[in-house]
Amino acid sequence: MIEFRQVSKRFPDGTLAVSGLDLVIPARQTTVFVGSSGSGKTTILRMINRMVDPSSGSILIDGNDIGGLEPVALRRSIGYVMQNSGLLPHRTVLDNIATVPLLRGAKRGTAREHARELMAVVGLDPNLAQRYPAQLSGGQQQRVGVARGLAADPNILLMDEPFGAVDPIVRAELQVELQRIQRELGKTIVFVTHDIDEAFLLGDQVALLRHGGILAQLGAPRELLDNPADEFVSGFIDAGRPRSILR
Amino acid sequence: MTWIVANWDQIARYGLQHVWLSVPPIVAGTALSIPLGQLANRYRLSRGVLLSIGGILYAIPSLPLFVLLPSLLGTRILDPLNVEVALTIYALALMLRATADALASVDGQVTLSATAVGYGGWRRFWGVELPLAGPVILAGVRVVSASTVSLVTVGSLIGVNSLGFFFLDGYQRYFPTEIWVGIVGTVVIAVVFDLLLVLAGRLLMPWARPSRRAGRATATLLGVEAEPS
Repeated sequence: MIEFRQVSKRFPDGTLAVSGLDLVIPARQTTVFVGSSGSGKTTILRMINRMVDPSSGSILIDGNDIGGLEPVALRRSIGYVMQNSGLLPHRTVLDNIATVPLLRGAKRGTAREHARELMAVVGLDPNLAQRYPAQLSGGQQQRVGVARGLAADPNILLMDEPFGAVDPIVRAELQVELQRIQRELGKTIVFVTHDIDEAFLLGDQVALLRHGGILAQLGAPRELLDNPADEFVSGFIDAGRPRSILR
Repeated sequence: MTWIVANWDQIARYGLQHVWLSVPPIVAGTALSIPLGQLANRYRLSRGVLLSIGGILYAIPSLPLFVLLPSLLGTRILDPLNVEVALTIYALALMLRATADALASVDGQVTLSATAVGYGGWRRFWGVELPLAGPVILAGVRVVSASTVSLVTVGSLIGVNSLGFFFLDGYQRYFPTEIWVGIVGTVVIAVVFDLLLVLAGRLLMPWARPSRRAGRATATLLGVEAEPS
């Protein structure tokens, strides 16, 4: 369980990215932060592994304030998947997946063997093991990214618009795949997207943010659809629906 | 041709000496450019100062520097160390900008993602930033290698002999064959060094080799222009 207590973040340039966020992210469920750019969703995600430290307030993981934890060790204990995969271009697929176990001091052979198993988990052809990221398609790169996020078997998986840069068909495939993985592994997933449909599809809980990192509504997808808190929420949901301009 | 056969021992000896004089400045200049290049990228001021010093150093004419160094280093006038130090200065002057630019060209998304998965600063530099800067650094080393191999010949003027000896001797004796031996020999060494560097790059950075499928994309990602083929 991840807890935000009155968390605010003001960047040195004066931008208020997150203001007074109070929120609980339950364990073993998927919580999706959705909002347009400038809604602070990525900042919120990055505060969980201390890529960004809050200006005020505190964040607790399983009751421990992460402000007192060593950032590098904390990051190695949390999976991270980002847009455009963020893979290391000079490492093979296998070594990319094994990155975190290797950083934590695992033996190369063991880490690679485990990486091979993870390739199967995320549905990657084992023949791709020795390829470099640039030799893969966008969808394959994202699968490698997910496998890398899972490699150290973290309880928490942070996903920053992981499917934002792939075409709609591949995105749909990856979404289904993620749902399957989540059913099997039951991680605490924190997912960031600007796509409301993706949020409703993947989220057990959806946090809709308005500009400046203010929580507009938090709830299960059904609640947001049936009882939008205000016009901003209903407007955001409607804007995501395809308009019937074609006859 | 008979002259070459008759003097083969001397040619081989000076050729070997040429190689030995060239390698240390290339290696030392490159090695020194890594911490200094990183420092240059750290602050706006350090970048301006370091890169300007690099430019000025390269403008010092080589012969006066060879002559001046013994009094600065306390070495004997004929000590090869003078040439080595002078050539290291030139190599560093060229490599400083190349390395600084190479390190600055590393994709910010990749370093960010390395941080996100738990790379500490030191390990990220050696494990991610430096290797990814490799292709651009290598391009700089190739220039420095050729320039150093050519500059070594100037050392012959102060008695530190290499294939440059043959230009000098041939010129004094009005003997073109000897001059040609010096020039061709120097070019051969420069070309062999370059081939070895390219080969080392292929072996150490297999990921940078443009593949048939995504070659163009890789090359642009790395900020390197694909080599004309």
